[in-house]
Amino acid sequence: MSNSNVTPAFVLRRSFIELEARARAWSLLDAGTGRELAGPYERIESPWLPAQGVAPQSDDGCVVLKGTIAAQPVVVVALEGKFQAGSMGEVSGAKMTAALDLAARDSANGTKTSAVLLLETGGVRLQEANLGLAAIAEVIASVLVLRQHAPVISVIAGTVGCFGGMGLVAGISSYVLMTREARLGLNGAEVIEQESGIEEIDSSDRALIWAINGGEQRVGMDVADELVDDDAQTIAASVRRYVEAGLPHVHRSDQVDHYRKRIAELDVSKQFDPRMVRESWNKAREQGGAT
Amino acid sequence: MSAQPGIRGRAWFQALTGSNRPLEGDPGSLLTADAKLGGETARFLCVVPNPEARFPCARKGEVGLEEAYGLAHRIREAIALETSEQRRPIVAIVDVKSQAYGRREETAAIFLAAAAAAAAYAAARMRGHPIITLIVGQAISGGFLTHGYQASRLLAFDDQDVVIHAMHKEAAARITLRSVEEIVRLGHEIIPMSYDVKDYARLGLLHKLLHVENPDDPSAATVAQVQKELIGAVADARAGARDLGTRRSSKGARQMRRAGLLARAQIEHEWNEP
Repeated sequence: MSNSNVTPAFVLRRSFIELEARARAWSLLDAGTGRELAGPYERIESPWLPAQGVAPQSDDGCVVLKGTIAAQPVVVVALEGKFQAGSMGEVSGAKMTAALDLAARDSANGTKTSAVLLLETGGVRLQEANLGLAAIAEVIASVLVLRQHAPVISVIAGTVGCFGGMGLVAGISSYVLMTREARLGLNGAEVIEQESGIEEIDSSDRALIWAINGGEQRVGMDVADELVDDDAQTIAASVRRYVEAGLPHVHRSDQVDHYRKRIAELDVSKQFDPRMVRESWNKAREQGGAT
Repeated sequence: MSAQPGIRGRAWFQALTGSNRPLEGDPGSLLTADAKLGGETARFLCVVPNPEARFPCARKGEVGLEEAYGLAHRIREAIALETSEQRRPIVAIVDVKSQAYGRREETAAIFLAAAAAAAAYAAARMRGHPIITLIVGQAISGGFLTHGYQASRLLAFDDQDVVIHAMHKEAAARITLRSVEEIVRLGHEIIPMSYDVKDYARLGLLHKLLHVENPDDPSAATVAQVQKELIGAVADARAGARDLGTRRSSKGARQMRRAGLLARAQIEHEWNEP
């Protein structure tokens, strides 16, 4: 006898956040499609970590799957938040860039290939410093080429969030999906506290951090596209819709004048109330500001 | 160490453009000018410290919200200005401490502002504007990603005050619980972690390392020398692809980025397999 009509939805759902990068990536593809490229058996690892006493990982924390979503060719690149906080190193960066470049090449040749990026990352891997920063610059360049032809869809699920240079990658994406648990920003609160002092931000104030960086806020203030529940099926269905939708009319990061105006309107004499920013930016969007 | 980032940036902006003032409507921290470079007009951009800046965490040469959107605006303007086939070069003079580390910035989504600037630089590059970045001082972290790292060609002065890095020394020391001296020493062992621009040059990312006399107060001859290098970089960019491929194909990259190149080759190899 089934009791599904009395079981609450949160019990039945399959958490996406609890999945590792590889399982997250697989959960998005059409059933029966997909294969991993430069997978862990190739053992292409970071050459810089062992010298610093850090164990490398055989996929460098970056999973690349090629398959289909809604029967359209896609490449999914997932960062593993459990390995070095999803940080970008030489190898993980090169994998992401290569996947984006090949998707762009196929797209330009008539086989439109979208990219889905699962961003769970603190940004540059400090142990690979300049090669990590250079890799992010190249990822940015490659996203910008691909998005001329096919959408680049970023999913930030949590719990690491998406920070540092990879925040720019989210910023230039065609679409950004976030859960309530996810955060998106340039500087994490710990870094702001360290650089500018605890009077600037108290990094232990979790409510404040989520009010600023959290998914609900980022979607609410129109700097991300959709708030999704932490459910693998729901997230796959949302990603599918964006793959089917194709390119946005205009990319958010190209709406320079619109956002420049928002910045000019802010009262900088005190810290901003995140709710006020959300309300006023949302109103600006509704008034047809997206130009 | 140059104590204050941006002073050298301003000096070189002035030397190359004859101008030292922001354009109408821009923040005091953003310098833009169209000036002669060889036989053509180039657009020069520089972010400098502005103690009067509207945002308190962006007064010491950091790239903040106004700087990032201002850059994006001025770059897109340069794209729109162009009517001829020969698109004007854009020269990013870089001497930036970092991105702005503030609560206001985070709340107002500085990640998107930085993204808008990077996207504008890349859009100009992809349309055929040669983008040349001239690193005269510091080029750090998100500041550099926002202003300069999307260039067609990177030039840097071979000078002890030039620092190109993912994180400035003091922060790296604090975060890794090491002393600044240890951080510097570690950098000499692990090349991508080095704070020495000579080590950075070994990574194969730079088009050229420039040896210049007295970069804080350049003579006319030094300015002419740098102009010549900029003109050379513009020609080289025009002759090549509009992507960042030279950062992978250079001799240095083939040596120092072997693991990344291997990963790339593997993905290329497997891409079309059944």
